[in-house]
Amino acid sequence: MLKVNKELCIGCGICEDNCPFGAISIEDGLAVVGDSCTLCGACVESCEVQALSLEVQNKQVQEDLADWKGVLVFCEYRHGELAPVSLELLGIGRQLADRRGVLLSALLLGHETAETAQLLIGHGADVVYLAQHEALGEFRDDSYSQVTADVIRQYRPEIVLAGATAIGRSFIPCVATLVNAGLTADCTKLEIREQDGALLQTRPAFGGNIMATIVCESTRPQMATVRPKVMKQLPFDGARTGTVVDVVLTEKQLHSRVQVVESVVEEAGNVNIQEADILVSGGRGLENAKGFELIRALADTMGAKVSASRAVVDAGWIPYPHQVGQTGKTVAPKLYIACGISGAVQHVAGMQSAETIVAINRDAHASIFNVADFGIVGDLFEIIPKLIKKIEERR
Amino acid sequence: MKIIVCVKQVPDASDVRLDPVTNTLAREGVQSIMNPYDQHALEEAVRLKEKHGGEVIVVTMGPPQAEEILRLAISCGADSVVLVSDRAFAGADTWATSYTLEHAVKKIGAFDLILCGKQAIDGDTAQVGPGLATRLDIPYLTCVQKVRESSDKGLIVERMMDDGYDVVAVDYPALLTVVKNINEPRVPSLKGKMKAKKAEILRLSAADIGADAACIGLPGSPTKVVNVFPPETRGGRSVLTGTLDEQLDQLVDKLLPYL
Ligand SMILES: Cc1cc2nc3c(=O)[nH]c(=O)nc-3n(C[C@H](O)[C@H](O)[C@H](O)COP(=O)(O)OP(=O)(O)OC[C@H]3O[C@@H](n4cnc5c(N)ncnc54)[C@H](O)[C@@H]3O)c2cc1C
Ligand SMILES: Nc1ncnc2c1ncn2[C@@H]1O[C@H](COP(=O)(O)O)[C@@H](O)[C@H]1O
Repeated sequence: MLKVNKELCIGCGICEDNCPFGAISIEDGLAVVGDSCTLCGACVESCEVQALSLEVQNKQVQEDLADWKGVLVFCEYRHGELAPVSLELLGIGRQLADRRGVLLSALLLGHETAETAQLLIGHGADVVYLAQHEALGEFRDDSYSQVTADVIRQYRPEIVLAGATAIGRSFIPCVATLVNAGLTADCTKLEIREQDGALLQTRPAFGGNIMATIVCESTRPQMATVRPKVMKQLPFDGARTGTVVDVVLTEKQLHSRVQVVESVVEEAGNVNIQEADILVSGGRGLENAKGFELIRALADTMGAKVSASRAVVDAGWIPYPHQVGQTGKTVAPKLYIACGISGAVQHVAGMQSAETIVAINRDAHASIFNVADFGIVGDLFEIIPKLIKKIEERR
Repeated sequence: MKIIVCVKQVPDASDVRLDPVTNTLAREGVQSIMNPYDQHALEEAVRLKEKHGGEVIVVTMGPPQAEEILRLAISCGADSVVLVSDRAFAGADTWATSYTLEHAVKKIGAFDLILCGKQAIDGDTAQVGPGLATRLDIPYLTCVQKVRESSDKGLIVERMMDDGYDVVAVDYPALLTVVKNINEPRVPSLKGKMKAKKAEILRLSAADIGADAACIGLPGSPTKVVNVFPPETRGGRSVLTGTLDEQLDQLVDKLLPYL
């Protein structure tokens, strides 16, 4: 419950202004809490006279918290390739494990993963749990979840991390439910809290307009998915040693209720815009599907992948997996070049955490310039060919 | 076929923003909308019903004013709607939300299919669908972009993956979460709007669904928000100046380190 201390409340209305859900109103000089209150706490922080408090009945503390030790990272392997985010997770996982003075382990599921286990050790893992089976060659939520949940039950890690990829975001919620753990999605920052060693998980909310820090104080493991491209991987060190433990798989774990009929890889994997270092992105300013050839040409010159605004996906100029934004993908490349994109909030929500943003737009007042580090006002049909030429000359 | 669709009322993201200077929320009458992905889930449910017969039941857990989106759902083809509402649900994270929806679904009874949006745009977590399916012990598929084949036994669908898509077959009962290119939601008809006005809304409280007080709302949520703050502002913005040639030279200077 959100409590209003009537003695302290001065009816100033700051809480009313701060409530994202419009749940507070001022009546007769006092704050009154309505039914749409979600107990998010934004008002409590804002109140200058400390009149608001959240009466938090804490979730019952799990009895065996202290038995959970170590950091476990799920490493994603698909179609003969390790997802790059796996190594980034080992990078942050190593930091967290060292801060806690515990082991870092990696869980690798798949079929014929070759030398990958050694690679994981070279990038920071102390232990690799290797679950290899033909049945794990294709991704199926139920068998991936069963295997992962059983590994967690057996080894009891205090922290479990996975990539916020299509696979991670799909089966990790099932794992969290199976082991009764809290789960924070799409984290961009992970730290250990000084006083109690809890994991501080920071993530964007409301389309990136607000950042929130989340903890799971009373349950273990603490689980999080982490956005690709945010954490840094450690350089490979061939001298590092670690152990590889084969996970004994059971019939029950491998039994799946879904059947993968076919797995279609599109455009040589070029649709995975979340793993791209550079994205060249096109909007309605391209005028038609042919306009995308210009975007592709620039992307090829720069070794980039191609993304798009929703307007052009809806127009059918490029398929949906390329869409950036609130109803598309969230990307954080090193460089994002927006060409003929107006910069609507729903688009910006998906790309504002790019390291550097460049905008090309003929409308000097386009809101994309509010988030761009470098902007050129002008006609993209003139600018892009020139830009391609200059890059080729100067490289 | 009996299809349950889970929908959520969300604040329109374009209205919500923290002022980076005062650290307060700049809000001008935040509009509430039906979560965009859920509209696609509802549309797909209505299409499946039109093909195979049956009924579409829409359920939401939310405050009393979530009634608005339930009426919208009726006008878009839902047969009946359920509002799971109780002060005790406030502050629920995805763990507690999927627990609550599990109990609501069990109260509603047997079903063939549950459809959810890929994620709610306020939290962007994408956890409630898989969590609900796990609790109900049914198979699920996320990010479905196309229903290729449907029968009264099961479905063959395309689900988006990072490198393309998988074609997957699943039998009922099952749960799907959908992305927006699965269909184009219809706009409510006049007749639908009339129906929506008169529609009865089934209201269920925590007691009605037999939910354990320790598992719902804030007390039932393992995750706790301990801080909210505005994102770091992006520094050093500039619109380049000079002739186009000069601007391009400056830009290429900035780009070269990335190549
Ligand atoms: C619920 C909801 C969810 C949404 N989700 C998303 C999402 O996920 N992603 C997304 O992108 N959008 C999303 N949108 C849509 C969003 O609001 C905008 O409509 C969309 O981003 C606009 O795309 P655009 O910038 O390509 O087109 P426009 O807004 O039409 O902008 C085109 C721009 O190109 C410029 N231009 C035109 N010709 C030229 C030229 N020759 N040279 C240079 N510049 C030129 C124009 O000045 C203009 O600024 C969503 C909307 C809603 C309501
Ligand atoms: N309170 C709720 N009531 C009904 N359905 C919900 C609720 N919260 C989430 N959902 C469903 O779960 C999906 C994913 O939500 P989320 O996990 O919050 O991103 C949504 O698209 C809805 O279909």
